[in-house]
Amino acid sequence: MKKNTPGRALFEALRQLFKDPATSTYPFSKAKLQPKFRGRIDFESEKCIGCKMCVRVCPAKAIDIILSAEQPAAPAQVEGQTTPPAKKKFDCIMNLDRCIYCAQCVEVCPKKALISTDDFELAQLDRKALRRHYK
Amino acid sequence: MSKISIPLGPQHPGLKEPINFGLVLEGEQIDKATVNLGYNHRGIEKAAEERTYIQDIYLLERVCGICSHSHTTCYITCVEEIAKAEIPERAKAIRVLVAELERIHSHLLWLGIAAYEIGFDTLFMYVWRDREQVLDCLELVGGNRVHYAINTLGGVRRDITPEIKAELLKRVDILEARTKYYTTLATEETTVLARTQKVGVLPKDLAIKLGTNGPTGRASGLARDVRKDEPYLIYDKLDFKLITADTCDVFGRVVVRVLETVESCKIIRQVLNYLPEGPISIKVPWKVPEGEAVNRYEAPRGEDIHYVKGNGTDKPERVKVRAPTLANYHAVPHMLEGGWMADVPLVIAAIDPCMSCSDRALVTDRAAARSAVWSWEEMRRNGIEFYKRRGVDFSKVVLK
Repeated sequence: MKKNTPGRALFEALRQLFKDPATSTYPFSKAKLQPKFRGRIDFESEKCIGCKMCVRVCPAKAIDIILSAEQPAAPAQVEGQTTPPAKKKFDCIMNLDRCIYCAQCVEVCPKKALISTDDFELAQLDRKALRRHYK
Repeated sequence: MSKISIPLGPQHPGLKEPINFGLVLEGEQIDKATVNLGYNHRGIEKAAEERTYIQDIYLLERVCGICSHSHTTCYITCVEEIAKAEIPERAKAIRVLVAELERIHSHLLWLGIAAYEIGFDTLFMYVWRDREQVLDCLELVGGNRVHYAINTLGGVRRDITPEIKAELLKRVDILEARTKYYTTLATEETTVLARTQKVGVLPKDLAIKLGTNGPTGRASGLARDVRKDEPYLIYDKLDFKLITADTCDVFGRVVVRVLETVESCKIIRQVLNYLPEGPISIKVPWKVPEGEAVNRYEAPRGEDIHYVKGNGTDKPERVKVRAPTLANYHAVPHMLEGGWMADVPLVIAAIDPCMSCSDRALVTDRAAARSAVWSWEEMRRNGIEFYKRRGVDFSKVVLK
């Protein structure tokens, strides 16, 4: 091995002069995301059964599942049959300032009511805007 | 000449994280050095006792950003040992794959920082540009760049598809070529040699006595690597070399790390070609039986040790983390003594310190000769009183 050669990086530095910059111009150009990226968690109320598994596993206590203010009407009574229980509707309160985006809730949800999205530009000037109420 | 004692840190431009070094200078030479820890204590071990085993994976991932996979793998292996769960071979292979990608990521990051401390910013910029390749690989496998969150109780969360495999192989080739270039650059460039040779010398006998591990120990000729000594996951099936250097100085630490990166590229290729078919995880009950386990793991910085004690519920009774940096700190004063003031940031950076990894609290009452475990409330009360004495009142902050 030849040792003590000054200017070993010179060739590389000269070659770099004729190359495009390694940095991207975000936010002017869009950031590239991989398909498995874990971003903001979205909620689909129709699928939720209110088992609260997501609330149990959340390491940051960021999720809360509550009963919706407006409940769907009970199914009509059919003569001679027992009334099936009304399907309850649930809301999800997601505290984005607490969420650590591990997507464990998405994995544990038995009905796939929680979805991991590509949304990552979530900074807000108002702290209250970080508390999302999905209906 | 009269001696001057100066503090280096906790806030200092030469340090990346808060730590304090007390230096006694004689002219420009260091006569004596001491190390003081404890500026970054976050109560993670206590918090781990309050959370379930699943939640602890994400908590312990945040012990340190760079070794996020090391800490979770070490912890989850302990839990699986207590639960007597045998994870699938494919899951083991994926864990090794992410571990080696993480090692490349950590070593390239370190090489950049070392180049920056030397004052060779060109090398720093080029290394960090090429480090993007391995960060992209990790994003491809795990989803995110730093907290991959690939581990779960009983296996891994994400599978490797043939497309990902092809992409990884392509990027590993680029990484290997670039790393080989940096190897020649770092071992032949005059600037690097002048700043690293005979700097921060730690002889082998002292390295053994002080219990150094990881690349710091291996650069002093200490042939120790948990992957070889006590193979875990699938390391016994892989063919790789244990890299050591006998120069015992910062130069040796550079050489060990760049050559280990090349070895890691080799391991990744072997794992991708080995990757057995089958499931990626098994179901493990959330309630883990009583028992305790200790596990060793070769993190990029050295030997990581986790201790977990289960009590039959879904929460652990005790989690103890011994991060690799803590073992290497004792060697820093010995490396510094007799050296020059201008080399201090480089010598400290050469052990690849991670302050957030190593700050753990131990409360002992010597006068009463008793040791008691603090509860979460007691710890919070103590924290509020500590800050009250410094003029900040946190007592009105409500915890959820």
